[in-house]
Amino acid sequence: MSEKHLKEKTGTTSEFVTVEIENQLFGLPIAQVEDVFMPDAITVVPLANPEVAGVLNLRGRIVTAIDMRRRLDLPPRKTDGPPMAVGIEYNQESYGLIIDKVGEVLLLDSSTFEKNPANLDARWSSISAGVHRLDGKLLVLLDVERILDINPERSNAA
Amino acid sequence: MDDLLSEFLTETAESLDVVDVELVKFEQEPSNGKILDNIFRLVHTIKGTCGFLGLPRLESLAHSAETLMGKYRDGATPTSEGVSLILETIDRLKEILEQLEQEGAEPEGMDEELIQRLDAMSEQAMAAMNGTAVEAEPAAPAAEEQPIISQTLERDLKPGEVSLDELEAAFLAAPGPDDFEPEASEAPAAETAAADEPVAAAPEPAPVPVAEAAPQPAAVTPPKAANANKEESKPKEGGAVKAQTIRVNVETLEQLMTMVSELVLTRNQLLEMVRRLDDSEFKVPLQRLSNVTAELQEGVMKTRMQPIGNAWQKLPRIVRDLSKELNKKINLEMIGAETELDRQVLDQIKDPLTHMVRNSGDHGLETTEGRIRAGKSEEGRITLSAYHEGGHIIIKIQDDGQGLPTEKIKAKVLASGIATEAELAEMSENQIHKLIFHAGLSTAEKVTNVSGRGVGMDVVRTNIELIGGTIDLTSVEGQGTTFTIKIPLTLAIVSALIVESSGQRFAIPQLAVVELVKSHAKAEHRIEMINDSPVLRLRNKLLPVISLSKLLGHDTGKSLANNQDTPEETAEDEAAEANSAEAPARKAAKQDQSLFVVVVQVGGQTFGIVVDAVFHTEEIVVKPMSSMLRDITMFSGNTILGDGSVILIVDPNGIAQAVASERGGATETSSNDQVVAADQVKQDENTALLVFRAGSKELKAVPLSLVTRLEEIDVAQIEKSNARDLVQYRGKLMPLVYIDENQSHIQEGLQPILVFADENHSMGLVVDEIVDIVEDRLSVEISSEIPGIVGSAVVKGKATEIIDVGYYLPKAFDDWLEKRDTPNPVQRDLKLLLVDDSAFFRNMLAPLLSSAGYKVTMVESAADALRMKENGEQFDVIVSDIEMPEMDGITFAEHLKEDSQWGGVPIIALSSHTNPDVIARGRKAGFRDYIAKFDREGLIECIRECKPVSQNEAAA
Repeated sequence: MSEKHLKEKTGTTSEFVTVEIENQLFGLPIAQVEDVFMPDAITVVPLANPEVAGVLNLRGRIVTAIDMRRRLDLPPRKTDGPPMAVGIEYNQESYGLIIDKVGEVLLLDSSTFEKNPANLDARWSSISAGVHRLDGKLLVLLDVERILDINPERSNAA
Repeated sequence: MDDLLSEFLTETAESLDVVDVELVKFEQEPSNGKILDNIFRLVHTIKGTCGFLGLPRLESLAHSAETLMGKYRDGATPTSEGVSLILETIDRLKEILEQLEQEGAEPEGMDEELIQRLDAMSEQAMAAMNGTAVEAEPAAPAAEEQPIISQTLERDLKPGEVSLDELEAAFLAAPGPDDFEPEASEAPAAETAAADEPVAAAPEPAPVPVAEAAPQPAAVTPPKAANANKEESKPKEGGAVKAQTIRVNVETLEQLMTMVSELVLTRNQLLEMVRRLDDSEFKVPLQRLSNVTAELQEGVMKTRMQPIGNAWQKLPRIVRDLSKELNKKINLEMIGAETELDRQVLDQIKDPLTHMVRNSGDHGLETTEGRIRAGKSEEGRITLSAYHEGGHIIIKIQDDGQGLPTEKIKAKVLASGIATEAELAEMSENQIHKLIFHAGLSTAEKVTNVSGRGVGMDVVRTNIELIGGTIDLTSVEGQGTTFTIKIPLTLAIVSALIVESSGQRFAIPQLAVVELVKSHAKAEHRIEMINDSPVLRLRNKLLPVISLSKLLGHDTGKSLANNQDTPEETAEDEAAEANSAEAPARKAAKQDQSLFVVVVQVGGQTFGIVVDAVFHTEEIVVKPMSSMLRDITMFSGNTILGDGSVILIVDPNGIAQAVASERGGATETSSNDQVVAADQVKQDENTALLVFRAGSKELKAVPLSLVTRLEEIDVAQIEKSNARDLVQYRGKLMPLVYIDENQSHIQEGLQPILVFADENHSMGLVVDEIVDIVEDRLSVEISSEIPGIVGSAVVKGKATEIIDVGYYLPKAFDDWLEKRDTPNPVQRDLKLLLVDDSAFFRNMLAPLLSSAGYKVTMVESAADALRMKENGEQFDVIVSDIEMPEMDGITFAEHLKEDSQWGGVPIIALSSHTNPDVIARGRKAGFRDYIAKFDREGLIECIRECKPVSQNEAAA
């Protein structure tokens, strides 16, 4: 992201934390990101929606981890290297979005923003707030509220 | 100003609540000047503060109410309408306050009409009083003077309005909003007490005629003179007695609680780390830290405790209104209002309680005519009581009304399709009554304003179960109904059993756990299948069991189908377990593996949860599930364990529902047995005893928890070998032991025996007759010299000999083992003596210890242990509780220290308290180590450490 680029266009700018999942760049509003951590010792919650990876202890707080790959209907991770998680505080509860990699923080101008393309996969568009056209690649903006709106899937095993 | 306003709001809301209660009391005993005085003072304070804060609407309302009360204080006889009017004013005040709280300003609105009514009432009261004032002159000097005084005001004084001078004087006399100390309120109290004196002292001329003249249409409760006098003799009336307290924001407390919880977790973590180090210098300071943390935790918990009376505060008012509305005479009695419980719990039960009291008044109590017809006193009684029992608070709501109409409930049940006629026919009356907790049942003939919307009891039950409580009822038609609610004292920290299922650990709240049963292919308690439904035989009862892993969906639907393909095979399999639907090889492996059944009780339902392993109990800090996961009914929350991992807390209620839905129609038919089983374990203090006769006419008894099974064997099957009686039992030879060797044996027919079993052996105790299973407090009153008998106790009113099973067990095992030259591997195992007076811990620790390879003998008191010593028993290690009745663990250890026989045996202390003093005393007394009761790993580790030392000592 070049400085020049920003100066040329007028409009509001905001900062985003970029993350990578399956080589796709995503952005999260920086105000909503609490921290970035390595998810460790996740306790699986039986009967929960499969998109919920489980719960884990992050410095004494219990964090609900969301498997973003499942959320985006992507295949499980093949590459090694530890997964990362973005910590989010929403409605006084702690969540962790498990992603592949955390990138840098970008200052994006609203002029590069576009709505979700009409042909975007329904699953993606349901949690995406739009797209930013960056140099050479596209950044999908994630809508935290909608990510966390996971419908309880009733898998009544009993 | 904002702070001031919010302070005012809180304080005023509290004052109004008190006024509510006091007014109802006052109406019942109008001659009690202290109550009136208290009300007057509170309203006056409100008025004063309102004026100060510039809240004219509140002020004028409070003023008019105060005026009316002033009249009563001055001697006018309060009427029911008058009190109603004041109550109405209080309600209006509350409304205004509510809006004030939301909007920060007094809402627009007119109270003229209400004020006029109040003023009219004041005038009426004054008129009534003036009429009698000739005789009661000294009682009402103020009232006499007021009309005469005219002050320079913009308007004329309203009736009863006091002049500015007087107001000034009143302000000086009345306590300000800040001085709430009892001393301060004493002054006006004394003042009016003096003013009331003539009234009270000479009741003949003044109030009595007025009471007759005054209209009292729907008299709530006629004032009872005797009662009133009793009340008056009490030291202080009214709530506003405040000790040295400060107001702390609830959030601050919550924050503190969270921090302490974190501290507890960190401490647990540290303990776990240090445990792994052999000889750590951290041990002592850590122990100290641990104790301080425990005390801190307890202290913080205390700050959250509130008397249950806070939840009852509104009830007198509600009952009063109810009584007017329904035209019934109701007397509400409240016992144990000071019983404390966690405020979170308190908040949660407030509404259910209110609802239930309303219900009792509306449906429970008959109309006055109905009562007279039934030959009861006119006045219906609702008794609310609360007391502590174990870690619970028990709340009872009792009425002496008509009881639940069984036939009506039946009709309702049938109409709503909750159960069929056939199912109903099999139910006991009590079971039918309990159906009122079902959704969609209301027995009120007509839907009243008060109740009968058909959601009542169902919602009540749900709310109570939500906080881990249970609700039960008993009802006798024509005599009344009693609801019993049992709820935990606190929700924040609970003791939980940590179990493993499908490789994952879970916590089960210990409150629900009744006992632990180890199930093994060849064990006494094995799981059998009835058409795919696993059941466990436990003390001659069938207990439905359910596998946790299956519940949690670790078995997929597909494998369940496999299971159905081979139901017979499964049924025959010893380890028949719901979870056996795996590959055959693994299935075979599974059969050798023992399973644990956690027997839990939820409401009237008792069932077993099958888990793969049981670890220990741990104090856990319950954290709510994230909202995303809250719909999973199987879990009530989650927590962080000592090792830092997050585990899920199983909700026994959720499982109970799953069990019920799984078993479908079977629930009702078998619930009869369940209730019986549940009753046996209900009270901690009571012990279920098996009463029998053997050898003589005298009754004998043994704690039921020690008996593995009751059997009847054909006498023909008894074989003699090596001069002892044996019987083939489950593919093994089981020795039979007679209480009295010379006992005459029956020659044919069925011989009842009590089977006692541990890990590998079983013994049959031959008895003549099994008399009963009773639940009673087990207290041995006369100890016995005869070996094999602990002593005599009164069981259900009869002298009964309590059998010492510990005496008979070795009789069977040791003799038997001696006959064999090849040492049984078990014999090489450590023999462990567990001394604990709590049946729960005995029953819990024993299977754990035996599964760790120890041969466990349990006794319930130090005296029993010493008796075993006298019998020449030898143990490798002794684990003893510290807090025990009669001889405590420390005395016991001191006894052993000097003993030649058991002196070298290492002894480990178990305790639920970790007080440093006790620890020091324990070490001095000879305890090798000190372990918290729930710390199972620590205990086993400690026993392991003990052994080599004791051998060294023996060598040296």
